[in-house]
This record gives sequence, structure tokens and C-alpha cells, in this order.
Amino acid sequence: MKFLAFHQILERKSILLLLGIVITVAIGGLVEIVPLFYLKSTVEKVQGMRPYTPLELAGRNIYIREGCYACHSQMIRTLRDEVERYGHYSLAAESMYDRPFQWGSKRTGPDLARVGGKYSNEWHLEHLINPREVVVGSVMPGYAFLANAKLDYRNIGDHLKVNAMLGVPYDDAMIAKAKTDVLAQLDEDSDDYEAFAERYPKAPVGNFDGDSKDVTEMDALIAYLQMLGTLVDFTVYDDQANLR
Amino acid sequence: MTYFDLAVFSKTWGMIFLIVLFLSAVTYALWPSNKNKFSKAAQMPLFDEEGENNE
Amino acid sequence: MQQNSTTLSFGEIGLFFLSGSTLLYGLVAASRRVDPVMEIHGYLIAIISLVAIFLLAARATKADRAQQDNEPYNMDVVKAGAIASTFWGVVGFAVGLVIALQLAFPSLNFDTAYLNFGRLRPLHTSAVIFAFGGNILIMTSFFVVQKTCKARLAGDIAPWFVFWGYQIFIVMAATGYLIGGTQSKEYAEPEWYVDLWLTLVWVTYLLVFLFTLFKRKEPHIYVANWFYLAFIVTVAMLHLINNAGIPVSFFGSKSYGLFAGTQDAMTQWWYAHNAVGFFLTAGFLAIMYYFIPKRANRPIYSYRLSIIHFWALIFLYIWAGPHHLHYTALPDWAQTLGMTFSIMLWMPSWGGMINGMMTLSGAWDKLRTDPVLRMMVVSTAFYGMSTFEGPLMSIKAVNSLSHYTDWTIGHVHSGALGWVAYISFGALYCIVPWLWKKEGLYSNKLVNWHFWISTLGILLYICAMWVSGIMQGLMWRAYDQYGFLEYSFIESVEAMHPYYFIRALGGLLFVLGSLIMAYNLWKTVKSGASVVTPQPSKAPTLRQGEAA
Repeated sequence: MKFLAFHQILERKSILLLLGIVITVAIGGLVEIVPLFYLKSTVEKVQGMRPYTPLELAGRNIYIREGCYACHSQMIRTLRDEVERYGHYSLAAESMYDRPFQWGSKRTGPDLARVGGKYSNEWHLEHLINPREVVVGSVMPGYAFLANAKLDYRNIGDHLKVNAMLGVPYDDAMIAKAKTDVLAQLDEDSDDYEAFAERYPKAPVGNFDGDSKDVTEMDALIAYLQMLGTLVDFTVYDDQANLR
Repeated sequence: MTYFDLAVFSKTWGMIFLIVLFLSAVTYALWPSNKNKFSKAAQMPLFDEEGENNE
Repeated sequence: MQQNSTTLSFGEIGLFFLSGSTLLYGLVAASRRVDPVMEIHGYLIAIISLVAIFLLAARATKADRAQQDNEPYNMDVVKAGAIASTFWGVVGFAVGLVIALQLAFPSLNFDTAYLNFGRLRPLHTSAVIFAFGGNILIMTSFFVVQKTCKARLAGDIAPWFVFWGYQIFIVMAATGYLIGGTQSKEYAEPEWYVDLWLTLVWVTYLLVFLFTLFKRKEPHIYVANWFYLAFIVTVAMLHLINNAGIPVSFFGSKSYGLFAGTQDAMTQWWYAHNAVGFFLTAGFLAIMYYFIPKRANRPIYSYRLSIIHFWALIFLYIWAGPHHLHYTALPDWAQTLGMTFSIMLWMPSWGGMINGMMTLSGAWDKLRTDPVLRMMVVSTAFYGMSTFEGPLMSIKAVNSLSHYTDWTIGHVHSGALGWVAYISFGALYCIVPWLWKKEGLYSNKLVNWHFWISTLGILLYICAMWVSGIMQGLMWRAYDQYGFLEYSFIESVEAMHPYYFIRALGGLLFVLGSLIMAYNLWKTVKSGASVVTPQPSKAPTLRQGEAA
């Protein structure tokens, strides 16, 4: 009996230690993370944000797959030189549909938060195929294989659906038309283009990889790069209203 | 919930809570009657051969 | 553990069932062909499950299985961990060397999908942190908890499930990166199904550790075990919350996370900073608190300090994450909190360093005679240096210069190579002769070579990154006399070239050092002189008097 009682005390000690640890480490996370979901000031009110088009989303997933975030940030800090180099500092609202976020932590290459529209589609294509042909001294790997890889967008509707479930404002029409929207973004003259452009204002359109035969991963990636940072209308954005 | 409410709460109750937490940890570590226990505990890695003759 | 040779234990039945289910899942997932990653991983899961079923059957039919549990300690799983961590260490360092060379000479990317920098970089970070570091932590925790509790590891097959389950996690994660399966959250790249698997393994790990504590014959729980427990529990919490998401298809690899944008960034860096704080710090401090006293044959400098160190460290660390997000779209109040706690973190960190180092007070001569102890003490010096540099870099003004540059890379590596790897090497050099019952290492001279070669490597590495990082930061913000930005981005890239080369050189030396260690440990196991007469009271002196 004495042994049993002794043993129970021992067990209690390690459980107490366990609980003490859990409580101690929980506090910091609770204080820093939970309010971000409840404080309205966390994400600013802006004009122009829309969810990614299906093609852009597919391109974003290629950006993720290739680990671009390891060398490129998508977060312009509120520092003078960054704003002058890359454009208006990044707003929380600009990544509010990003799962996961792509702010990055290292700039082996330049920030890409506002790379959209800075270069032509041809430039991106050349640069992705052979970076050093376009930018002498670049250390970026070549991604020629993307131009030969057919884009797998069979399930792109499911991707939109999961995002919608998580709170991204994809409506039913967007989900239903996901596949045709992929093709519409590549061809301004297609019948579906008008409806597509209405669903996704300001979406870049064109044959991104210059090859109209297949929809390639290169198409998707360039479509994504060309829209980065272009959505928010900064002519009506009031940064004084969003001090926090 | 506004930022202001949260800031007031954390600057009063939050701060008191953390100070109490810190003081209790330090008190536990420095409590005189714990001294013996701790100096014995410190020897634990050096005499853990029981059940085995050597390593 | 009560089973005799004819019945299966609860754990074995569970594992049979688990392997059967994963076999089925793998085959279905492979045949559904939702995406190429899951197609390949489906087959891989099926093959691994088949091997597991085969091994379980072999184990169940083994004749002498009842006798396995009679040893006072379960040291076989610790031995397996020592081998695995040495192996993954060499692999992880080598991949690091490859990507360092890719940055210096970009043609080494070969422009293929599978071997470009973007896919190899998570392979390197995961290999060194989770494969090498994780195996070291699991292995030493299994050793230390048994020794300081004077109790055999809980569970019969459970520790083996932890060991092999963890290796499977590593293989799944690593192959995933190469074929394009990643969720791009740094240090949490594996996709949802690999995360689920790790959760299962990790919960088992926690239970094994906890139940071993329950069985202990000592009333007090030694402080090293506190650190291990904090590491295991906190990593479980971080892993579950940061990886919360919904898969697009249950037979596909892709998933979308529960959090987006700013909230996701905060959660991710809360996770990632505490992967540093609890995986790479708390866990390795546990190693420090056991192996340095044991090796020096002196008790820890101050046990009371270790208690304050423990609670202060685990409390403060968890707040430090936002310092990765200074001047970003994260609200200012969170940034300020992160900075404040990061600076406060300096104190407990140095408390720990002093505690480890001062353990040698009165016996400093051992640093000259015992290269293994020297390695461990130098690791605490690196710990002190990185934990000074870290709070410094968390100050917003400093961070505005250092963030996004190679300075961060240098900082990480002074901690990872100098602190984590050195204390791990020290633990391996200690534990291999103990486990295989050898009088000492095959060669202390080779330990010396390892120490000096890799120390030179580390110095080359971090100095190159300091220079390149600060230079980068200054070039980005330099203005010419007319008030325009002075340098284009590519000019800053070109300026990095010599430093990237020096860094790769440092990495090469570090890899060489680890190969020397692997050879030395291999020879120790194969041909080192066995301990002849068991004399418990003289044990510590035997350990110090290793002849080369």
C-alpha cells in the first residue's frame, strides 16, 4: 500500500510538470495570435482586392512548389529605400487570401510583392528559361522545364471550393466555371472572356508563354507573377485611416 | 474588442500576472529548504549506474 | 510487456492494423492519380507498409522475444538513434554544401526540376534540423530519461515505433520536397498527410517519455528531463496549430491552411521561432545539462540557476516570433511585443550558458586533455554568442538592416553549427563508447582534427555571412548624391559572389569534419577496446582516461 501511494505522488509530479509547461508556453501564443483574429485593425479596408483567378492560383501553387519563397520575399517593409525600390509598402489586406502567406524571409533575389506589370510576359518567359541571359550576374536557377510541363488543372474547381470553405470569397459561379476560366484568361478573344473579366477584375490576360498549343505551368506562373501587387487601388487608399 | 481595451487589460492585469509568475518561479528555486533537494538532484547524472555494472 | 512468446502485445496488434491501413491507403492514393506527388508517395507508403508488416511478422515469430525485455535498460533503440543521427547529419551537411555551391555557381542547379535550389533548400533545413537534430534529441532523451530515472523505457514496441516512424517521416518529407510536395511554411514544409503521420509518432514519443517518468525510481525529476518534456510538448502544440489545414482531396497531396495572410504569418513565425526555441534550444540544453556534468564528472554549476533558466526560457521564448516580421504588415503592437521579449530572452540564455560553462570551474584543465569536453564547452560559447546576436538582431533598428540578408543566415548557422551540432557531436562522442561498452573512442586525435577543421569551417561561414549580409543591407539602402538609390538589386547580388564562395568553403570543411567523426565512431564500434572488468565506482575515471 505504501508503495502504491508513493507511486501515485510520483505520477502527479510529472503531470504537474507537464501542465506547468503547457500553461507557460501557451500564454505567449494566446496573447500574440488570438487578438489578430478579433482586432478589426489587423487587416485594413481597401478597394480592389479579389481572390486569385484559377490560373493565378495554379501559378501560385507552382511558385510554392518550386520554393521561390526561399529567395524572394513578397513583403515591402515601411522603409524609405524599400518603398522607392519596390513600390508602396505591403498592406495586410493584400495577402488576406493567401494560404499560406508568401512574405518570405530572405532576399537572395528581389522582392516580388509588386512585380506584376513591371516586365512584359516575354521578359518573364526568357528570364524563367534562362535567368542569366536576361539578367547578367543572376544566381537564379533556370525553370525551362515549366514551359514543357502541361498544367494539371483537372481539379482546380476543388481548390477554389476548399478556399471558399475557408473564407475566400469565391462564389458558386467562380467554382463552377473554374476550368473554363483557366482557358479564358489565356485568350482575350474567347467567348468566356467577358464573363471571366467580370468575375476577376484587373486580371492579366494573354498567352503568357507565347505558345498557344498547351496550357503550361509556365503560363500559370507568369499569370501569377503578373498580377502580384496590382490589385489594391492606391489612389483611394488612405493610410492615415489605418494607423494601428 | 478594440485595441485600446486589450492594451489597458494587458498593461494592468497582464503585467501583475506575469510578475507573480516570475516571482513564484524564483521563490521556488531559491527557497532555503529546497536547497538540499537540489544539491542532491544535481548529482543525479553522476550516479546513474544502478542496475548496470558499467556503461 | 507482459506478453509471453505466443501472444501479441497490444502495440503489435495496433501496428499490424496501422500498417494494413496505410498499405491500403497508399495503394488507393497511388491509383487515384490526383497529383504526381501523391502518386509517387502512394507507392512509397505502400512499400513502407509492406516492409513494416514483414518486420512485425518476423518479430512476432521470433523465439526468444520474451527475453528481450529482461535488460534493465532499452539501449538498442538508443544505439539505432546514434547510427541514424550520424548518418542524417552527414547527409544534411552535404546537401547544405550543395546549395551553398549552387548560390556561388548557379549552373550547378542544372536547371532540372528535382535538384534546383528552391527544392533542395527545404531538404537541407529539414535534414539538419529534423533528421539530424531530431534523431539526436530522440536518441539522447531515451538515454537520459532511462539513466536519470533508473527505469527501463516504457513500452516494448512503442520506442521502436517512435524511431522507425520518425525515419519514415524524414523519408516522406525529403522525397516530397524533391518531387514538389511542400506547403511552403518554412521548417514546416511537409504536406498534410506527412504532418498527420508525424503527429502520430510524436504523441507516441510523448507517451513513451511520460510513462518512463512515471516509472522512475528517483523522487526528483532531473532538470534535463524538464527540458526534454518542454521540447516534446511544445513542439506538439506548435506542429498541430501551424499545420492546421484542409486537404483538397484525401487522395491528393495539396492542402490549404486554416489561416491566411497576416494571421498565417504570425502563426508561422510563432511556430518557426519556437522550432528554434524548443527544438534547437530546449532539447539541446537538456543534452548540455546531462552530458557536460557527466563527462566532466562534476555536478552542474548551479541547479537552482537551471530551474530559473528553465522557466524563464520556456516562458519568454514563445513570445519572440514577431521579430521575424518587423516593419511588415503585422500590427505594430505585436512587433513591439516580439522585440521586447526577444531582448529579455538574452538573460535566461546567458544564465544557461554560464551554468554549462562554469560546471568546469576548478577543472578547466580537462579542456586541454579531453577534446570531447572541449567541443561541448565551445558549443555553449557559441550558444552564448548566438543568443547575444539574436536579441541584437531583434531590435527593430538593427533588424531593418539585417532582415532579408545573409546576416540572418550567418546567425542561424552560428547557432546551428556552433551550438546545436557541436553539442550533438559531443553527445555522440560520449554516448557511442558507452552504448557499445568500449573503453573510449577509437581516436581522440581524430576528435581533435574534427574539432579544428569544423571550427575553421564555422568561422569562415559566419564571417563570410556577416560581411555579405551587412554589405547587402547597406547596398540596398544606399543613396547617391542626387538622392537616388545607388545600387540596382543585381549589383548587390554580384557583390555577394566571393562571400558565397567562402561560405561554401566553410561548409566543405564542416562536412569533412563530420565525415571524420563518422569514421571515428564507426571504428570505435568496430574495433575499440571493450570494457573489461565492470567496476561501477571507477566508471567515471575510465571515461576520461581514453587513450587514442
